[in-house]
Amino acid sequence: MPQLKRPAPYNATIPSASLPDIIFTLLIFFMVVTSFKQFDGLPVIVPEAKTTAKIDAGKRDIAYIWIDKRGQISLDDQPFTEESVADLVPILFERRSANPKTVISLKADRDCRMKIVTDVQQQCRKAYTLRVNYTTRFKEEG
Amino acid sequence: MALKRAKKFEAEIPTASLPDIIFTLIIFFLVTTTITSDKGVSLTLPEFSEGQEMVKLKKDMVLNILIAETGDIMVDAEILANRGELLNRIRTSLEEKGKDAEGKYLKIVSIKTQGGTLYNDYMYVLDQVKAAGASKISIAEPEE
Repeated sequence: MPQLKRPAPYNATIPSASLPDIIFTLLIFFMVVTSFKQFDGLPVIVPEAKTTAKIDAGKRDIAYIWIDKRGQISLDDQPFTEESVADLVPILFERRSANPKTVISLKADRDCRMKIVTDVQQQCRKAYTLRVNYTTRFKEEG
Repeated sequence: MALKRAKKFEAEIPTASLPDIIFTLIIFFLVTTTITSDKGVSLTLPEFSEGQEMVKLKKDMVLNILIAETGDIMVDAEILANRGELLNRIRTSLEEKGKDAEGKYLKIVSIKTQGGTLYNDYMYVLDQVKAAGASKISIAEPEE
C-alpha cells in the first residue's frame, strides 16, 4: 500500500498589495462627492418650527434667497435691496426655465418684517417659482 | 592595501504605513464633510395673476388668521389671549368641516399679515397651522 501523502500545507492569505488602491478609491470618492458650502449668503438667524422637514429636492434644484434683518436680500450671493427686488424675477425665471423643479429656499431672519418677505414671495410668484421652503430650525415639542 | 568598496546602500521609503496615512485622510474628510441637509417648512405659492383673482368661498369654509404688527394673533375676528391656544383653535375649526376622500381637511386656512409683522410670528403661526394638519393654506396679501 502506498504511503498516504500528507496534503501540502495550504497558505491562505488575502493579498493586501492592492489595499492602498482600494482606500485611494474611497478617498477620491469622498473628495468628489463632498460638496462644500456653495454660497456665503447673509448672516441670518432662522426661526424655529415643529414641522421642520427636509426639502424634497436635490441640491441642484434649490435656489437660495437670504433676507437679513436689515432688509438686504441675496440670491445665490447676488445682492438685492428692497427697491431692486423686482430684479429677482428674470433671474428666478431663467432658473425655473432651465430647471422646472426649482425650489426656493428662503432663509429669512426671524427679526425681519413681513413686508420684505411678501415682496420676495411676490417676485417668486411672478417668476413662476412656486415651490418655497422657509428654512427653519427644528424645535422640540413644548 | 586593497580599498574596500563602499557597501551598497539601498534607500527605500517604507510604504508599510501608506494605508494608514490614506486612512487618516479619509477620516479627515469624513469628519469635516458636513452634508448640510436643507430643512424647513415647505409651501406652494399660488400662481401670480394680475389683479386679485376673486374666488367665491363660503365664509364658513375659511379660517381667517390675522397676525398684527404687535404680534397679536386674531383668529376669526377674535384676539387670542394666549398663543398656546392657537393650535387647538385651528384643530377644532378644521374638524368642523371634516375631511375629503383623501383624508385632507376641507377647510382653508388663510393667514394674513401686516407689513410690519415679524417674520418670526408668521413662521410661528404657519408652523401651528401645519402642525394642525391643514393642507389648504392661503397666504393673503399683507395689509398696509
